[in-house]
Amino acid sequence: MNLWLVVIVAGVLTFLIRLSFISLPANWEMPHWAQRALSFVPPAVMTAIVFPEILILDGHLAVSLHNHRLIAGAIAILVAWRFKKIMPTIVAGMAALWLLRYFWT
Amino acid sequence: MSAARAQFFAGVKDTSPLLIGAAPFGIIYGVLATSAGIPVVMAQAISLIVFAGSAQFIAAQLIGAGASGLVIVLTTFIVNLRHALYSASMAPYVKDLPRAWKWVLSYLLTDEAFAVAITHYRDNAGEPNRHWYFLGAGVALWATWQASTAVGIFLGTEVPHEWSLDFTLALSFIALLVPVLRTRADVAAALVGGIVAVAAFGLTYKLGLILAAFCGIGAGMLAWRLGK
Repeated sequence: MNLWLVVIVAGVLTFLIRLSFISLPANWEMPHWAQRALSFVPPAVMTAIVFPEILILDGHLAVSLHNHRLIAGAIAILVAWRFKKIMPTIVAGMAALWLLRYFWT
Repeated sequence: MSAARAQFFAGVKDTSPLLIGAAPFGIIYGVLATSAGIPVVMAQAISLIVFAGSAQFIAAQLIGAGASGLVIVLTTFIVNLRHALYSASMAPYVKDLPRAWKWVLSYLLTDEAFAVAITHYRDNAGEPNRHWYFLGAGVALWATWQASTAVGIFLGTEVPHEWSLDFTLALSFIALLVPVLRTRADVAAALVGGIVAVAAFGLTYKLGLILAAFCGIGAGMLAWRLGK
């Protein structure tokens, strides 16, 4: 598929997701099971992005102390838990990654 | 100053702390997109047309990895599906606005704009110009995102690969993930989504994320039924 077409289709779909309930008539209600299913989208998608990023190194599962991204990710999880803020989490995770790379090979 | 204008600028002002967080992301997206081999004009156009930070990060990775168009579109859809929740929460507040307003506000409905605007809608029940506040928040984020993307594209390959800026994507999701884990069913959805994504990592056509999302949602539904 032409890459420009891909970008436009992805953009239109994103817009339609955002417009979805806003454009529906005010008295329309979503079925309960659909509301429920939708509420599981953020946790399912977010770990589906995070787990491979921190657990897979060079195409292989790497549960080891030498996997810097795994340790930095674990530190970031603790910071996110404690402070519940985006910027401290990112700063702690990136700092951990850089320090591990220089002092822990 | 008119009431509408005052609301607009209040929206801009209340969004400014979030702009400090959004700008580095826009720059990193621009850097990643150009490093992935996406042409300059297209990298900026993606910010204009899609206007969704995390989905743009993933799309840039997929384009760099040579994934097919269909997979890129489906993955973007899955990653942005959470915006339907925002749309549902916002719907009662904007139901009486003209269609043009609904379209513009929908285009601007990002994670950050939603967070700022919904709080304002809830805390200011009698205010008739709250859509101007939403517009102010949305426009401030939009302008910041476009400008920071341009800076990132300009820096492009100047930024060394060793800085591992791509890791900020995982980190930002860690920050967003922890607060949404409220029930056991949420945790089940998250664990199954993550495990399936790792197990399916080598899957052809980069279908892993889509498969993992469906399995995670299914696990959440099942855990919720069992826990009732």
